[in-house]
Amino acid sequence: MQGIGVTGAVSPALLQEEAVAQSAAGVMGPGAVPVTLTLNGKVVKVTVEPRETLLDVLRNNLDVTGVKRVCDRGTCGACSVLVNGKVMYGCSILAIDVQGKQITTIEGFALTNGKPHPVVEAFVNNDAQQCGYCTPGFVVAAKAFLDHNPNPTSDQVKDGLGGNLCRCGTYMGVRKAVLEAARVMKGGSRG
Amino acid sequence: MQPFEYASPKTLKEALPLLGSSWADAAVLAGGTDLLSLMKEGVVNPKRVVNIKDIAELKGVAKAGSGVRIGAAVTLDELLSSPLLRAYPALTEAARGVSGAQMRNMGTVGGDLCQRPRCWYFRAGFGLIAKHEGKDLVADGDNRYHAIFGDGPARFVSASSFGPALVALGAKIKVASVSGTREVDAAKFFVAPASADAREAAIQPNEIVTEVVLPGAATKNATYEVRQKDALDWPLATASVALTMKGASVGSAMIVLGHVAPTPYVASDAGSSLAGKTITAASAEAAGKAAVAGAKPLSMNAYKVQLASTAVKRALLAAAGVKA
Repeated sequence: MQGIGVTGAVSPALLQEEAVAQSAAGVMGPGAVPVTLTLNGKVVKVTVEPRETLLDVLRNNLDVTGVKRVCDRGTCGACSVLVNGKVMYGCSILAIDVQGKQITTIEGFALTNGKPHPVVEAFVNNDAQQCGYCTPGFVVAAKAFLDHNPNPTSDQVKDGLGGNLCRCGTYMGVRKAVLEAARVMKGGSRG
Repeated sequence: MQPFEYASPKTLKEALPLLGSSWADAAVLAGGTDLLSLMKEGVVNPKRVVNIKDIAELKGVAKAGSGVRIGAAVTLDELLSSPLLRAYPALTEAARGVSGAQMRNMGTVGGDLCQRPRCWYFRAGFGLIAKHEGKDLVADGDNRYHAIFGDGPARFVSASSFGPALVALGAKIKVASVSGTREVDAAKFFVAPASADAREAAIQPNEIVTEVVLPGAATKNATYEVRQKDALDWPLATASVALTMKGASVGSAMIVLGHVAPTPYVASDAGSSLAGKTITAASAEAAGKAAVAGAKPLSMNAYKVQLASTAVKRALLAAAGVKA
């Protein structure tokens, strides 16, 4: 470790002690440590190891299962979550890394007083799913996309959702759904 | 993932002593899009992970003299929304090529430069040179996405999207450690490793890339990327070009190919062949052909030679604003 000034005479035990002393300065783990998350507007506390991803903590510790574990390598988008309103891959974020940030999953906005979010409704209207496993990730990515691009073209939708994969190939339905949701969210009609 | 210690320093001064003297001691975490995958695959197993996203000094895009300074922790999304970078389409086009809102919101400039090669032999744990039981895995195996330039031993391609553009623009990369800061020419930041122990970037385990400095935008510049699909993927071949104009003709030209060699590949002959010429479909095509003259494709990737040549032609036409 940096700056310890080891000489040949230093015993491994002493070395370890010094390393521990040095790590007092804000270093946590590798064992489980308390982590506080702001999830869908509520403060939740978990005790997890630094290596646990936000995706795994949401699913395994908090029973928030709208986020799906598919590729687990930041490619498919099934684990999409919003962090401070920006869509990100939950599988590629450490839970300990997003303390103090607003984390939103599909559970946080899909239904308001029993009424579905316009993006959710548009996915149903346009048959924008088949097996459905990628769907929550697509809906989260689509909501974030429309929050930042209220008047998208079809090409912009395609680019904006380029980080989500659907192996059933429902892309055409998804794009139609996002365009419909954009119209509805501006107060227009479905068609 | 193996267990690790975690720290999230708020200043560079706090962060630097947390790094170690070997790569196994500590890893720097920014967007995490590459590091977490590498750790899940067990390709890297650091004892400590140091998050640098909350370090204010590493954020922001700002004027620096006649040029622009980009913090290493600036995300691709932030880079794309900066008005200061409009004179650098070579860089912004490269950023736009990184598809998917998630990747642009998470991925950082420093992370793009420090991401490890995508070579599947490297990712499967066979190292940068990819030798196994005396076999050259790349030369004897599936090398469709590998290098078309160089004599080895490394045959992966540099994964950086920004590398070719930064080399073409003459950018500098600033690096800090406990012993101070230093500045590296973008062209010298990327290194073709000569052995399995060597690294593909000129950075030490105790260093952090802190910023990229672009010189004043005196050039017409552009990047053209050839990709297999629109969605998230690395390009098959790219070209970044920067032209210093003398009136209507080219004074000097930098032509840099990406994803064709273990480093961004400077096609110097092709660049100097353009001096004194105007950019037309014919001169751009000739420069594209000159740029790939030294290519030595492997058994499965000869197709990349034509892609690289066409990328040069299209990047030149885009930089000069010529419609072909």
